[in-house]
Amino acid sequence: MVKTGKDRWTYELTRKAYGETLVELGHENPRIVVLDADLAESTLTKFFRDEFPDRFFEIGIAEQDMVGTAAGLALQGFIPFLSSYAIFITGRAWDQCRQDVDYMKTNVKLSAAHGGISVGKDGPTHQSMEDLACMSACTNMKVLVPADYHETIKAVRWSAEYEGPVYFRLGREKVPMVTEEPSPFEMGKGFVHVDGTDGTIIACGLMLSQAIEAREILEEEDGIKPRVVNMPFLKPIDEEMIIKCAKENGPIVTAEEHQVYGGFGSIIARVVVENHPVPMRIVGIPNMYLGSGDPFDLLAIAGLTGRHIANKMKEVL
Amino acid sequence: MSIGTANLSVDELKEMARTIRRDCLVQTHVAKSGHPGGPLSAADYLTSLYFNYVKVDPKNPKDDSRDYFIISNGHCSALNYALLSRRGFFPPGYLMTFRSTGSGLEGHPNRHKTPGVDISAGSLGHGLPIAHGIALGAKLKGSDQRVFVNLGDGELQEGSCWEAIMAAAHYRSDNILAVVDYNDVQIDGRTHEVMNIRPLDGKFKAFGWKVFEGNGHDMNEVIRLLDHAIDSMGKGQPVVVLFHTVMMKGVPSFENDHIWHGKALADDKLLQTALTELGYNETPKEAVASYGDVNVARGEYHKIMGWPPPQVCDRD
Ligand SMILES: Cc1ncc(C[n+]2csc(CCOP(=O)(O)OP(=O)(O)O)c2C)c(N)n1
Ligand SMILES: [Mg+2]
Repeated sequence: MVKTGKDRWTYELTRKAYGETLVELGHENPRIVVLDADLAESTLTKFFRDEFPDRFFEIGIAEQDMVGTAAGLALQGFIPFLSSYAIFITGRAWDQCRQDVDYMKTNVKLSAAHGGISVGKDGPTHQSMEDLACMSACTNMKVLVPADYHETIKAVRWSAEYEGPVYFRLGREKVPMVTEEPSPFEMGKGFVHVDGTDGTIIACGLMLSQAIEAREILEEEDGIKPRVVNMPFLKPIDEEMIIKCAKENGPIVTAEEHQVYGGFGSIIARVVVENHPVPMRIVGIPNMYLGSGDPFDLLAIAGLTGRHIANKMKEVL
Repeated sequence: MSIGTANLSVDELKEMARTIRRDCLVQTHVAKSGHPGGPLSAADYLTSLYFNYVKVDPKNPKDDSRDYFIISNGHCSALNYALLSRRGFFPPGYLMTFRSTGSGLEGHPNRHKTPGVDISAGSLGHGLPIAHGIALGAKLKGSDQRVFVNLGDGELQEGSCWEAIMAAAHYRSDNILAVVDYNDVQIDGRTHEVMNIRPLDGKFKAFGWKVFEGNGHDMNEVIRLLDHAIDSMGKGQPVVVLFHTVMMKGVPSFENDHIWHGKALADDKLLQTALTELGYNETPKEAVASYGDVNVARGEYHKIMGWPPPQVCDRD
């Protein structure tokens, strides 16, 4: 039996990687500044606050002001990382994200904690299932969802070096450690995580762990060996990799912790239909609010599991 | 039962507030998540407001002539649910499903899932604009419904609150009464240190509101303030009462510490301390058991909501 579910993995917080890496960056580069909107205790920017109080700006519960303020700091040559929950950055301050960050191309790093539905018990008002669509629709924004702790460190370090607007999404819960310290990371690139010959599963964020489980289920039950691709960047999307997978392996199943309207799967589907159409399935949150509950219950209700991905792959192979 | 208030005596209100504090602590304990801090700071004045001033009919939550009661700082859901259940909207036993998968009592109130909840809240700074829209709508319909809305002091950092404060004065919406949980605490610490909102009285006054201010825990003073505030409604100005409160009031070991904003007393020992300090001679297990069979409560709730009968769930 393929080992699935909670006990399968070791888990760590992506926001811990974020908080710790900010402190390292703070020591390396005096232009790094951090802003938060009364969630420093939760986004873990408190590590930076305690180490560099002069370069930390607590804005209070005022996300629109925070995004605008970060844009101003960027105009002064600083590299602002700002934090709140994904829904409050992309929902409450959408207009500021678009005009003050994206349109003005300010060097602001939008760090979105508590993405997805694995926020769990706080319920739909705090879950974020639309943020990737909102941010990917922006013209200049680079958008990514690190898979785990190690990839978050790389994402944060890359964001600091890259000159321009970035949105990266982290989670509330500890998530499976699927990548390793030496695993590759490059802007706009996806990476083959496990190779295979029968279709391709392309995943981002915590769904990479479920893609790996799906592959194991398919191999054990049906001798099917799909390729698993880790694709943290939604924008720029790795068109080359997607087309290569479609040509070599045929059917594609995508997996994301986001609404199926306009998210990761939609972006990949556009590349597929325009370049090399193959049968596809998009595993994501169906168009519904899921309510409060245990994060793993909610993921299962939404079909964000290895089993569900495996079933979808069987449909298209 | 018909539309009206519960009309409790001062002593009954004090006892009800104690019951409601216990409800809030036990709900968050069982859920092992949620926000006890704000609910305990607002418990006294909101018990008084909700039981003695807000006209509702628990058997007919959508009654056209009801007053609206909005908890804009939706993280105080445990308090919202305790008030509703003790007022008779649903059995208190259902409180033990708080935040669990499939429960109508979500982490933040959902107007489609809880009887007596008029707006879905959770993202801060939404309640006052909606309350004001309801107030404008009431006047437009020629209805004498009143709108009561609770705001957090941290919540008042959101610009949207001040946009609505400006608009309510502009439209002379005198059918709206806001109450503020002025506990000087939010997630990251003391409100005046995180992002100072003082002076609140001066700000509201400058925006054109009638302002009352006082102790939110002394029940006699709470009643006096609410009496005055409600007398001031209908006079061409929106009205606000700033209630000075203490986060986690009623359980001295935990009072005034921001860490309890969003942290449940999940551990039995912590809940035991709190129950004892509230004056309950019981263990956490006994406290939870006193709410009765959760499956029975769930059945009743589903009937009230017109939902299909619940599947019995062993997880609780
Ligand atoms: C728009 C928005 N930003 C951030 C949050 C996260 N959040 C929930 S409660 C809270 C602090 C609220 O402080 P206050 O209103 O004083 O409530 P208290 O802590 O006194 O209960 C924050 C920042 C939110 N719910 N909504
Ligand atoms: Mg407060």
